[in-house]
Amino acid sequence: MSADATNLPTTKAAVEDVGQIPQWQLMVRRFRRSRLSVIGLYFLIVLYVLMIFSDFLAPYDHNKLDSNYAWAPPSKVAIVDGQLVTFKLKQTLDEVRFEWFYTADETQPLPIKFFVKGYEYRFLGIIPMDIHLFGVEEGYQINIIGADKDGKDVFSRLLKGSQISLTLGFIGVLISVVIGSVVGTASGYFGGAIDNLIQRLIELLRSFPDVPLFLALAAALPPGVKVEVRFFLITLIIALIQWTGLAREVRGKVLSYRNSDYTAAAVAAGASHWHIITRHLLPNAMSHIVVVGTLAIPGAIGSETALSFLGLGILPPAVSWGVMLRDAQTVEAITSYPWMLLPVAVLIVTVFCFYLLGDGIRDAVDPYA
Amino acid sequence: MLNYIIRRLVNMTVLIVIVSFVGFFIIQLPPGSILDVQLTKIRERGGDISREQVAALRVRYGIDDPFTVRYWKWITRSLQGDFGTSYETDQSVGERIWNRLGFSVGLSTFALLFTWLVSIPIGVYSATHRYTVPDYIITAVQFVGLAIPGFLLALVLLIIATNLNAIEVGKLFSDEYVDAPWSFAKLVDLGRHVYIAVIVLAVGATAGLTRIMRANLLDVLNMQYIQTARAKGLDEAVVIWKHAVRNAIQPLVMALGSLLPALIVGETLVATVLSIPTIGPMYLTALRIQDMYLAGTILVILSFLLLIGNLIGDLLLAWVDPRVRYE
Repeated sequence: MSADATNLPTTKAAVEDVGQIPQWQLMVRRFRRSRLSVIGLYFLIVLYVLMIFSDFLAPYDHNKLDSNYAWAPPSKVAIVDGQLVTFKLKQTLDEVRFEWFYTADETQPLPIKFFVKGYEYRFLGIIPMDIHLFGVEEGYQINIIGADKDGKDVFSRLLKGSQISLTLGFIGVLISVVIGSVVGTASGYFGGAIDNLIQRLIELLRSFPDVPLFLALAAALPPGVKVEVRFFLITLIIALIQWTGLAREVRGKVLSYRNSDYTAAAVAAGASHWHIITRHLLPNAMSHIVVVGTLAIPGAIGSETALSFLGLGILPPAVSWGVMLRDAQTVEAITSYPWMLLPVAVLIVTVFCFYLLGDGIRDAVDPYA
Repeated sequence: MLNYIIRRLVNMTVLIVIVSFVGFFIIQLPPGSILDVQLTKIRERGGDISREQVAALRVRYGIDDPFTVRYWKWITRSLQGDFGTSYETDQSVGERIWNRLGFSVGLSTFALLFTWLVSIPIGVYSATHRYTVPDYIITAVQFVGLAIPGFLLALVLLIIATNLNAIEVGKLFSDEYVDAPWSFAKLVDLGRHVYIAVIVLAVGATAGLTRIMRANLLDVLNMQYIQTARAKGLDEAVVIWKHAVRNAIQPLVMALGSLLPALIVGETLVATVLSIPTIGPMYLTALRIQDMYLAGTILVILSFLLLIGNLIGDLLLAWVDPRVRYE
């Protein structure tokens, strides 16, 4: 690609050590050159770190109700007497529209305390803890983003929701990558009847439109199972629908490598099928698999959100960003309480970052171009 | 060519049969049945049902039949154009589906035309002006278009439009046009109600197609025959549009086939958000209340559209590119 010549490493030293440093370092170097992808990666790291510490950062349990704070707006924060405070809320009823509205009572400051005791949780799912980064006096609430119709803290829900929204799509793609690679490799390498059978199966699965199939399968899930089970089943559905595309691509790659000279040489040298697949075919196809996988994650995250949004995915009391969006469905809710739309923003940023990351990886896996 | 068409048609017929079988199987997976839903409904109203009546309903809904018998009943009736009676409204399924499907297909076709008209020129421009400011802007917009899931975009646009009082939610027509015969004014009225849906559908598809168009054209522009054409002193416009675009457009032709069903499917979610009465919300309701004949029929019809779309795409491709025919 002659047009890319201007983008090649500019310093002479950088060009010369190509061929001397390991390939993965070349990839890292190439990846760093796509600025946007690096930014996307940093953003994702921040998001996932926030997710890991979500219980610690969230001041309240995601299902804690408080009717005194229904539709409460974002809390005002100020510094009074050198102390970070928020204010108690005055709740008044708008008798015309029949809605509560709130004003911060500036005469009654409410100091924000750090490292307070709150609801109990398990850090990383193992270590029991009850310390939270911040909070206010018992009986009052601080809602940095606002509260929903039951007075649940949107900030806490957003953090808790990330635990599902950021992992479900990821794991779903992971499973589909495994299925897709195994089936695709088998199909491409062995060919013949196996290939034919697998290709017919994929063709059949792909004859179903994905979203309706998705909905039908999700509707078939047994109601009333535990959150973890439902999470797992939905992950499986995502994987089940996504693996076909990957299997096709892997098959194509494997087919072309299978016909290459070095595979023929390996066969002539008496290498086993296992050796040829794991040493010659998969490593070559791996970069492609990683790229397709990364680019599939945003779709999977979107699918989970859409399913939950339609009431067929994750169900309350569990919370994901899609579940939160259910409350933001009505026009009235959004126009009066715009903070309910924050999950949309976070979701778009996440999806966008994954696309950028995937794009950067796609360029990076072929560092010689 | 004829040979190719026949081969594809046979292949498709077999697929359709299997799809209908699998589709019906999936649809009736949910535990419980429409009967339970109906019974609770009647009991909620305070009515009570005798055991004989329940038994009669069981026979009517074929609850106790084995799977294959139910499938056979459903498929034979469907082929005769009788899609069964929807449990929910006791209206004929066929009638309800055709009405809404018509609007779904119409909306999607409109979005498709829009997509093509926009993405080809933009893709070509973006490729011929690579690494210029407009190209960067187009690429950035494409990314945003790809990154935002359709139903979220619909939600956001809906809010903006409502704030501006620019849309009436939940309808296809204003009241005065609902029963009016088709006329230009009615069409305009329809447009006013569905434009957000069309925009949302078109944005995602356009972003994808523009990227494909750009990438393909860039590949083709590196070919030697393009250099030859330029060396001959041909007008740049002729080089681009006659020599390059003609060869770069094949994947778009193939995409045409799969895009229409994809749009109809995408419309499922978007229409639900915008509460436009098309096939999507209907399918969703049918699934929720376990109206399996209705849901099954819609799933199979959508699959059918997908297969037809793919067939059209393949045939178009075979027509554009003779190499495909002889493979």
